[in-house]
Amino acid sequence: MTNSRSGKVRALVLVTGMGLFLNACAGAKVGETAAPAAGGGSAKACGTLNLAINPWVGYEANAAVIAYVAEKNLGCTVVKKDLKEEVAWQGFGTGEVDAIVENWAHDDLKKKYIDDQKVAVSAGPTGNKGVIGWYVAPWMAEKYPDITDYKNLNKYASLFKTSESGGKGQLLDGDPSYVTNDEALVKNLKLDYKVVYAGSETALITAFRQSQKQQKPILAYFYEPQWFLSELKLVKVNLPAYKEGCDADPEKVACDYPPYQLDKIVSKKFADSGSPAYELVKNFTWTNDDQNLVAKYIAEDKMTAEEAAAKWVADNPDKVKAWLPKS
Amino acid sequence: MAPVTAAVTAVATRLRGRKYLILAVLAVWVLGWALLHGRDTLELGGAELTPVHSSLNQGMDAIDDGRNSNPFFLYFVNYIRLFLDEAVTFVQALISQPSFGRPLPVLGWLGVTALATGVAFLYGNRKSALLTAAGLISFGLLGLWEESMDTLALTLTAVVLSLAVGIPLGVWAGMSDRFHRVVTPVLDFMQTMPTFVYLAPLTLFFLIGPASATVATMIYAIPPAIRITAHGIRQVSPDTLEAGTSLGATTAQSLRHVRLPMAKQTIIVGVNQTIMAALSMATIAALIDAPGLGQTVLKALQTLDVGTAFNAGLAIVIMAVVLDRVTSAASRRVEAERRAGRLLSPGRRRLQVTGVLGVAAFLCYLSYTYVWAAEFPAQANVGPYVRRAADAASVWVQDSLVGVTEAVKNLLTNGLLNPFEALLTGSPWWLVFAVAVAVALLAGNARAALATAIGLAVLVLLGLWQDSMVTLASTVVATVLVMVLGLVVGVWMGRSDRADTMLRPVLDAGQTMPHFVYLVPLLGLFGPTRFTAIIAAVIFAAPVAIKLVAEGIRRVSPTTVEAATSAGASTWQLISKVQLPMARSGVTLAASQGLIYVLSMVVVGGLVGAGALGYDVVAGFSQHQLRGKGLAAGLAIVVLGIVLDRVMRAATQRADAAAHGGQPHN
Repeated sequence: MTNSRSGKVRALVLVTGMGLFLNACAGAKVGETAAPAAGGGSAKACGTLNLAINPWVGYEANAAVIAYVAEKNLGCTVVKKDLKEEVAWQGFGTGEVDAIVENWAHDDLKKKYIDDQKVAVSAGPTGNKGVIGWYVAPWMAEKYPDITDYKNLNKYASLFKTSESGGKGQLLDGDPSYVTNDEALVKNLKLDYKVVYAGSETALITAFRQSQKQQKPILAYFYEPQWFLSELKLVKVNLPAYKEGCDADPEKVACDYPPYQLDKIVSKKFADSGSPAYELVKNFTWTNDDQNLVAKYIAEDKMTAEEAAAKWVADNPDKVKAWLPKS
Repeated sequence: MAPVTAAVTAVATRLRGRKYLILAVLAVWVLGWALLHGRDTLELGGAELTPVHSSLNQGMDAIDDGRNSNPFFLYFVNYIRLFLDEAVTFVQALISQPSFGRPLPVLGWLGVTALATGVAFLYGNRKSALLTAAGLISFGLLGLWEESMDTLALTLTAVVLSLAVGIPLGVWAGMSDRFHRVVTPVLDFMQTMPTFVYLAPLTLFFLIGPASATVATMIYAIPPAIRITAHGIRQVSPDTLEAGTSLGATTAQSLRHVRLPMAKQTIIVGVNQTIMAALSMATIAALIDAPGLGQTVLKALQTLDVGTAFNAGLAIVIMAVVLDRVTSAASRRVEAERRAGRLLSPGRRRLQVTGVLGVAAFLCYLSYTYVWAAEFPAQANVGPYVRRAADAASVWVQDSLVGVTEAVKNLLTNGLLNPFEALLTGSPWWLVFAVAVAVALLAGNARAALATAIGLAVLVLLGLWQDSMVTLASTVVATVLVMVLGLVVGVWMGRSDRADTMLRPVLDAGQTMPHFVYLVPLLGLFGPTRFTAIIAAVIFAAPVAIKLVAEGIRRVSPTTVEAATSAGASTWQLISKVQLPMARSGVTLAASQGLIYVLSMVVVGGLVGAGALGYDVVAGFSQHQLRGKGLAAGLAIVVLGIVLDRVMRAATQRADAAAHGGQPHN
């Protein structure tokens, strides 16, 4: 046994060795056709842009286009870092993150990192408008047209009963990343509903999908811009209109969520560096439709972020031109 | 304190008809609930905070601010961070990332495969070598070579460091009762404290990068190494040890020649669990930019792309299976060959090693030099098929089974979970408190009652009483389901080698397939509900319980089993009267580990509709102003774990003692 084994091993060495050598001689060598070095001949050296990638597709759409333009037009090296929002903000202080390119309010983080620690600054709006509110699936709005007025919600409360809602109607709350006033709203608008925490965007979207397929009633917290709305056109329920200051006391809120101006945040160091990438981030603005389109490329057409960005940039040269630093 | 608890225990022990007393306590509870329903339930809304939460928040802010000036960070944490960063980056440079001025890593796919297969052959056996080669090549075929190597680099580093720390501590805990007592709550804490609570603060200490990811993984992966090693050392029969001592062996000698060799197999179970735990962190660590397959999973989940997530999840499962089989084969190798009388002579062995390593080195050289051997051929990519198949399966399951699953969900929720939860959350807190302490005393002992009292008081102080009770209800239901599965399947696996071979990959998949992959189909089937969370917890926790029960059954000495069989015991008698009682310590360990794994899923439950503590933790991770509450919720989960574990252990101890007709020993 032992004898034949070492014999086999030796034969194996010889055979594979010969075979591979014959093969190998034909192969290309590592490093021979190395990719062209990054950093084309731009006017001003750009260096590295550390871009935080927050975990939702709309954000990724913004980041993909900015990264693509920074690499192709400005010759920057873009390092993408997948981070949750709060961790990304921490990165401003440690110098590991240069820019966040879709920020939803986060007043407390702004206070901490912009006002108190002075390690971050705002780089202006992205042009996207954020909407938060209560939504129903399209089939419900068709079947019960008056359901989109909050005053009629109590009439339909029994439709929304589930195993979780304790005999009341279920208002499905979801993404823990966003502030919710829903418990106060239910109380102050005297609605016969219980807030149930779905806990993630995944859970919300799956619930909406199943609702549409199985014609199972659903009332849930959601937001725009969001790629899923291009798959299923959810219908927003009208709460009492938002007025400046009507949400000042979180206990007494009885009005809709405020419209959000989504904006960009950069580290102070990056803003002062004079990098052309900073100019690009600062100048970057586009519309909800633009973002939805790129998000759709990524989410539904399964393009990579780079492919999606390349396609959009090729179709919109004028918009891109307006973002580039004047030099 | 000790004399008091001993005295109380003594009194409690002397009480007759304990079972009826427990029933009476429960009856009082139900009566109290009916009368006082809804009073003093300490409810707290989703976004509401208590002063405790606010001050925890401020405390965490203070730590953040002190990071740059505090010498502890400057001199201690920073060096650890540098070391870890370097270690991971070095392994990455070898196998996954472009390095040393080359556009590709030092070793390409052929080199890594050859080396790993060679090592598996030399230290394991031919079967595990084949499995290794197949597994590594499958990463390339799934189109995930680079991601897999990133995950491998991070996992290997974390596992090696975890074992380096964990096994010595485990041996110590196995030898010293005092150290065991001290370390057990710390391990409970590490395993049940939800990762989400410390993930964000961790990046403040160790910055964004591999170091934070490694530390996060190690915190979760070290406990099984310590715990199971200690268990193995403790299990060595006292007779054997006495025999050694009577022959004049010193402690060190008996450790080296008796305890360690006899505990080896159990220690390997610990290594196996460490690997599984480390791999199960791959996805969560991706939230702080840990490279690898976890990122693919998370990215895919943003668009609910189950296929892509499954594809990457499959690679993680394959990696787990390969690592597990190679380590187990290595542990058995020398022994098996010696028994078979074909241990190679040193000279032959040297020849074999040289031969295998020579081939591997040659293939490594090729993959270092030539592109075809460095980059996995892109044409050979079956990833898209796997993706499409997984997508189709997920849609089919959601569409066609939803009627049945709805019914099952409603039945179990309304019949079991809701009444239990109503009882826990609807009663005044002091009533639940009194009932729990009384039950702990009657079923366990005074020490368990004390632990219960302290734990529940902490829950009240944390301001999360009601949420804790909701989570407790789901946890108890999930743990019961886990133990039912654990006993049934574990006994089957322990008795039949064929069942073992068949089920083990399924169990490994349950433990290491990232939760996020199967959450989407589960959500489709059960909706965002507490029941979905329970099912997810069972999928994750049942495998470990099953494996430990099976291990316990297998350790029952064959002679005993033979004796019972020849005495005419039926299969059922054999299981219930011989094998299960003799595997009791394994079953107890399975129950406590099962419970802890269920609790470690509370947060994942929060992502799919369980609400309560899990949601509090997730929200705390996502929103700065809820961070304090998230931390409090994390602590509450830990407290629940410790209390449940103590009561369960005390109850088993008492049952043991009763079975032997003696007094319970503390």
